[in-house]
Amino acid sequence: MTMRIFVPRDAGAVAVGADEVALGLRLAAAKRGAEIEIVRTGSRGLYWLEPMIEVATPNGRVAFGPVTEFDAGSVLDAMISDSAHPLRLGITDDIDWLKRQTRLTFARCGVIDPRSVEDYTAHDGYKGLARALELGTEAILAEVTASGLRGRGGAGFPTGIKWKTVAQTGADRKYIVCNADEGDSGTFADRMIMEGDPLVVIEGMTIAGIAVGATKGFIYIRSEYPHAVAAMNAAISAARRAGYLGPRIGKSSHRFDLEVRVGAGAYVCGEETSLLESLEGRRGIVRAKPPLPAHKGLFGKPTVINNVLSFAAIPFILAGGAKAYAGFGTGRSRGTMPVQLAGNVRHGGLFEVAFGITLGELVDDIGGGTLSGRPVRAVQVGGPLGAYFPRALFDTPFDYEAFAARDGLIGHGGIVVFDDSVDLSKQARFAMEFCAIESCGKCTPCRIGSTRGVETIDKIRAGERVAENIAVVEDLCNTMKFGSLCALGGFTPYPVLSALKHFREDFGPAPTRLQAAE
Amino acid sequence: MTPIYEPWDVARGGEIIAQHSHLEGATLVILHALQETFGYVPEPAIPMLASALNLSRAEVHGVFTFYHDFRRAPAGKHVLKLCRAEACQAAGGDALAARAEAKLGIAIGNTTADDLTTLEPIYCLGLCATAPSAMLDGRVVGRLDAARIDALVAEAQR
Repeated sequence: MTMRIFVPRDAGAVAVGADEVALGLRLAAAKRGAEIEIVRTGSRGLYWLEPMIEVATPNGRVAFGPVTEFDAGSVLDAMISDSAHPLRLGITDDIDWLKRQTRLTFARCGVIDPRSVEDYTAHDGYKGLARALELGTEAILAEVTASGLRGRGGAGFPTGIKWKTVAQTGADRKYIVCNADEGDSGTFADRMIMEGDPLVVIEGMTIAGIAVGATKGFIYIRSEYPHAVAAMNAAISAARRAGYLGPRIGKSSHRFDLEVRVGAGAYVCGEETSLLESLEGRRGIVRAKPPLPAHKGLFGKPTVINNVLSFAAIPFILAGGAKAYAGFGTGRSRGTMPVQLAGNVRHGGLFEVAFGITLGELVDDIGGGTLSGRPVRAVQVGGPLGAYFPRALFDTPFDYEAFAARDGLIGHGGIVVFDDSVDLSKQARFAMEFCAIESCGKCTPCRIGSTRGVETIDKIRAGERVAENIAVVEDLCNTMKFGSLCALGGFTPYPVLSALKHFREDFGPAPTRLQAAE
Repeated sequence: MTPIYEPWDVARGGEIIAQHSHLEGATLVILHALQETFGYVPEPAIPMLASALNLSRAEVHGVFTFYHDFRRAPAGKHVLKLCRAEACQAAGGDALAARAEAKLGIAIGNTTADDLTTLEPIYCLGLCATAPSAMLDGRVVGRLDAARIDALVAEAQR
């Protein structure tokens, strides 16, 4: 009997040798005369165990990891004889790290062949679309609103309201745009889902098209993600062949099609209006709002623009019902959040969980502390524009309002862990420097403020009139926060001010900082 | 694998532009296609693109210079991109970047005198749970340490 072996083709797994492992398995199987079929899947998200490979058994899939090409032979032997192996992790579904999650959006990621519509539908795919086609426009909008889903890109705007606005705006043409310009360091959920389950994004966008009356969609993917671009394009072709994209979606009268567009290395294009400019073929300069993209978006037409994870949450909401989704979470943060643990962390990866879990649980318990083994000193939550939190704030529950109340943000759900060797004045300087590199230049607080910020933090680090210069930085941050057009200039103060507030001992001449570290 | 590029050719450039000019908002798509073919965006292509899309040269020049990805001259034979963002910093990326700079004798953002290696920063490859990470000629590499960065640098000098 042919043995089915699952090897991820996720970029994170490929970066640590998954392709070599797949090749090693083929060679080892040929040598042994064993018949195997290798299915290239997405990643399960347990990155410290990547490359993690699995074999189908009558009791479910059994996982091994982290496997190197040199282990391929011995792992294959253990698979054939169903025997012990140092890298054997047991039944995949019983792995504690996976069992503790609530995988709604990522249910299929790492399980199915991402390029196979057949595999997708065999694992509950396109059930959301089927129900959406039964419900019709009004009822879809009602479901999405009732689910409490908020934009997963970072801003947290209610998705249902956004869609309703587009649905109610009359126009000869409307667009659905997927923001896959996931530029925040420490976040990789968009990349993972596009590589591991791209059809769920396509299904979500298709439902959005039916709900608001749009027939064309664009997925804007950053150029740093070539694997995701390839996976999305392959899935779009597969969906077209199966009749899930094109003139008659799922044999209905609805028309919808998609096109992938690739960014060109501008972080600011993750900002929605700048992304629309870029899609139109222009410089990624932020637009002033209003008009909202929902009224005048892409090419001046009403446009739904949502993050990858927002679209990816939609099929579950339609298939399982708004109540099932809203049943998870806390307060005004409903459903689940795919949290990404990154940086200097022992158990790095993607952990999808209902809102409400504390930051401390995520970092210490699930993340297992630092990889270096040194104490955790700071975590940055929400990407380059997110605040640095000290251990003292580890009781903060993971939800939009709780983080905002402590001058932070959950953003796109990335958590970067730093050990006690981190210098927070250096990190604050980097935040300003990054803003200066990536500023689109349209508004003065962002364009000039970031450069002045770098200069002033340099003075502080050199020990030059420290107290006065800290006051200058704080003043600059206020100007940027309240005077910038978009989140790049407006949120850069979060990492800077949080570093100043919680790690003041790092701001001063170098000797003081070095003493403080000891 | 080292990418192989064609030398600039007006007819070939025109062909690429014509192939995509029917698309909505085609400028970035065409700039990408030109760079994929020639390894950079040759100066003479800018007015050709402008005339095909009924834009001014200034507009196309503005788009071309806005985005970090587009090159005005060919890069070295190999392009090594090191992630410089926070997750990789937290995992020791700064020291590895300094090591690569020292080995190659150039600062990030430059090409070696023999035109073999271009060393560039990149802000996040989305490999933040297997940091620090890098990309050599489109191939992603994670969990970098001193030995692995040395091997990558050596490969980029071949």
